[in-house]
Amino acid sequence: MADILTYVLHYEGALNKNSLGAVSEGAKLAAEIGGECHAVVVGGDDLTDELCQTLGSYGATKVFRATGPEGLAQPVIDVMAKVIEEHGQAYALFGGGLLGFEIGAGLAARRNAGVTMEVTAVRAEGAELVAERPILGDSKISVSHYRGGLGIIIGRINAFEIAKTGDSAAEVIDVEIEYSPWSTQATMIQRGEQRGADVDIEGADILVAGGRGLGKAEGFQLAENLAAAFGGNSAVAATRAVVDAGWYPYAAQIGQTGKTVAPKLYLAAGISGAIQHKVGMQSSENIVAINKDANAPIFEFSDLGIVGDLNKILPKLTEAVKAKKGS
Amino acid sequence: MKICVLVKEVPDAAVEKRIDPSTGRMDRSGEKNLNPYDTHAIEAAMQLREGGAVEVDEIVAVTMGPESAIRALHKAVSLGADRSLHLSDVSLAGSDVAATGYALSKALEKEQPDLVLLGQQSDDGECYTIGAVVADHLKMPSLTQVIKMDVEGGALRCERQAEYGYDTVSVELPAVISVGDAINEPRYPSLKAIMGAKKKPLDNVAAGDVGIDPSLVGADGSRVQCGEFKDPPAKAAGQIIEDEDTAETVEKIIAWLDERKLI
Repeated sequence: MADILTYVLHYEGALNKNSLGAVSEGAKLAAEIGGECHAVVVGGDDLTDELCQTLGSYGATKVFRATGPEGLAQPVIDVMAKVIEEHGQAYALFGGGLLGFEIGAGLAARRNAGVTMEVTAVRAEGAELVAERPILGDSKISVSHYRGGLGIIIGRINAFEIAKTGDSAAEVIDVEIEYSPWSTQATMIQRGEQRGADVDIEGADILVAGGRGLGKAEGFQLAENLAAAFGGNSAVAATRAVVDAGWYPYAAQIGQTGKTVAPKLYLAAGISGAIQHKVGMQSSENIVAINKDANAPIFEFSDLGIVGDLNKILPKLTEAVKAKKGS
Repeated sequence: MKICVLVKEVPDAAVEKRIDPSTGRMDRSGEKNLNPYDTHAIEAAMQLREGGAVEVDEIVAVTMGPESAIRALHKAVSLGADRSLHLSDVSLAGSDVAATGYALSKALEKEQPDLVLLGQQSDDGECYTIGAVVADHLKMPSLTQVIKMDVEGGALRCERQAEYGYDTVSVELPAVISVGDAINEPRYPSLKAIMGAKKKPLDNVAAGDVGIDPSLVGADGSRVQCGEFKDPPAKAAGQIIEDEDTAETVEKIIAWLDERKLI
C-alpha cells in the first residue's frame, strides 16, 4: 500500500487549478499502486470544512488541515513532514507553480527524499511511481525512479488534468503543528498585488504577445496596433520579463506565474520562448513567432516562424491585415 | 555582514547540450560559463554593499563541481566577490539536487553567512529548487524568485511574482534568497578585475573537510535515479521564413493566416 500526499494551494477561498490537477492525478495514480490520495491545506478561516470536503470530488480521501500563514512555503514543509512522519505516504505530488517548487525541494531536504521537478508525466510501474521530465530545452525526456521511502514529484504547470471522479466528501483532519523557528521568520506583508491595468486576455481568439524583443514599453504600441487591426476578439499579452520590467500589466502575463491561454492564433513578437512562457501558451491552435534570433527556442514549437526585425515587420503586417479585413 | 553567493558553471548557450550515452549523465565537457542567473545574485550582493543600508564585510563565491568549476569562481570574483570556496570531491559526482543542496549547505555551515544568495535557476537543469534545499538544511528562512530586495533592520523586504500577483515578504536574517533576472542589470567586469581574479584567495575543500556524510551524496547517496532517457514525441517542424524582403514576407504571413481562416 502506498499513499500519495498532495499540497493544495488556495487564495481568497478558491482552490488553485494546478493543485486540483495534482489531486486528480494523485487519485488516479494511487488507485494504480493500491493506495489513497491525501491532501494538505494550510491557511486561515477560509479553509472551511465544506471547502476541504470538496477535494473528495477530485479523488482525495483525507484532507489534513493546519492553521498557518498563506502563500509561504516553509510552514507547509513543516506540516507535510509531520503528516508523512505520522501517516507514511510514499509520494508527495505537486501541481505546477512557484510554491510547489519551494515546498517540494524543502521537503526533500527535510525527509532525505528524492525530488524531480518540471515533471510532465507520472506512471505506475508495479507499486512504484516513475516520473518523466523533459530536459535540454524539451529535446530529451529524463526518467526518474525513486528509492528510500519517499519520492517527491513536482509537476510542470498544466501537466496534470483536473478530473472530477470522486463522489464522496473527503474526511477533514485537523493537524496540530508547532512551526520550526525559521518557518516563522518570513512574513507576508502583501499578497497578490495586481500591477497595471486589469485587462482580459483569457477569452481572446487572437493574442498578439510581446516580449523583451519589443525593446521598450512604447514598443507595445506595435503589438496593440496589430491586435486592433485583427479587431473582434483580439488582445495583447506579455511575457514575465516585460511585466517585471513594468512595460505591461501583470493581468496580461502568460506562463508559469501568469495566465494559461489557448487562442486560435498566438502571435509572439520578440519572445524567445523560455519553458516558463511555453507552458502557458503551447496549447494555442496556431503559433506564429517573429524573432530576430534564428536560434530562439520559440521556433522549435511555432507553426510559422519569421526570422527578422519586428520593427520592420509588425507595422507592414498591421497595414496588410487592415487591408485584408477591408477587402 | 557576510554574504555567500552560490554559483555554478553551466554549458555555454552556444554549445549543443547532450547526454553522454556511456554514463547516462549530461555531457559537461563543453561547459565554460558562469550561470547567467548567478551574475544577478553577485550583482545583488554588490548593490547591498554599495547601498550603505548595511555594512557588507565580505562576499564569498561558493561552488561545488570538478576542477573546471574554478572558472565560474574566477568569473564571480571578477564581478565583485572578495574570495571563493570550491567544494570538490570525487565522492560528490552524480549527486542529485537534494544531495547537491545538502553538500553545499555543509560548506556554507563552515562559512557562517548572514545571507546566502543564488540565481533562481540554472541554465542546465535544476529549476528553482536548490535554494529551498539549502535553506532547510541551514534552518534559515528562504524565498525564491525575488526581484526586489531592501534591507529593513535585521530583515530583508523582498518582492516577487507568485501565483496570484506580486507578493511582498519580510525575511529575517540570516536567510537564503534566490533572485530572478529582473532584480538588476549585472555590471561588466573591468579588465583589471578580470586580470586580478586569479590572485584572489580561493579555498579548496573536500567532502570530509566540511563534514559531509558520504552516504548522502554522489550517485549512490542520491534518492533519484535518472540514468534513463527517451525522446519526446516527434512534432512536425513549423515553416520558417527568413525576412529578406519585408513586403514579400508579410504577403506570405497573410496567405498563411488566410489559409487557416484566421483573418
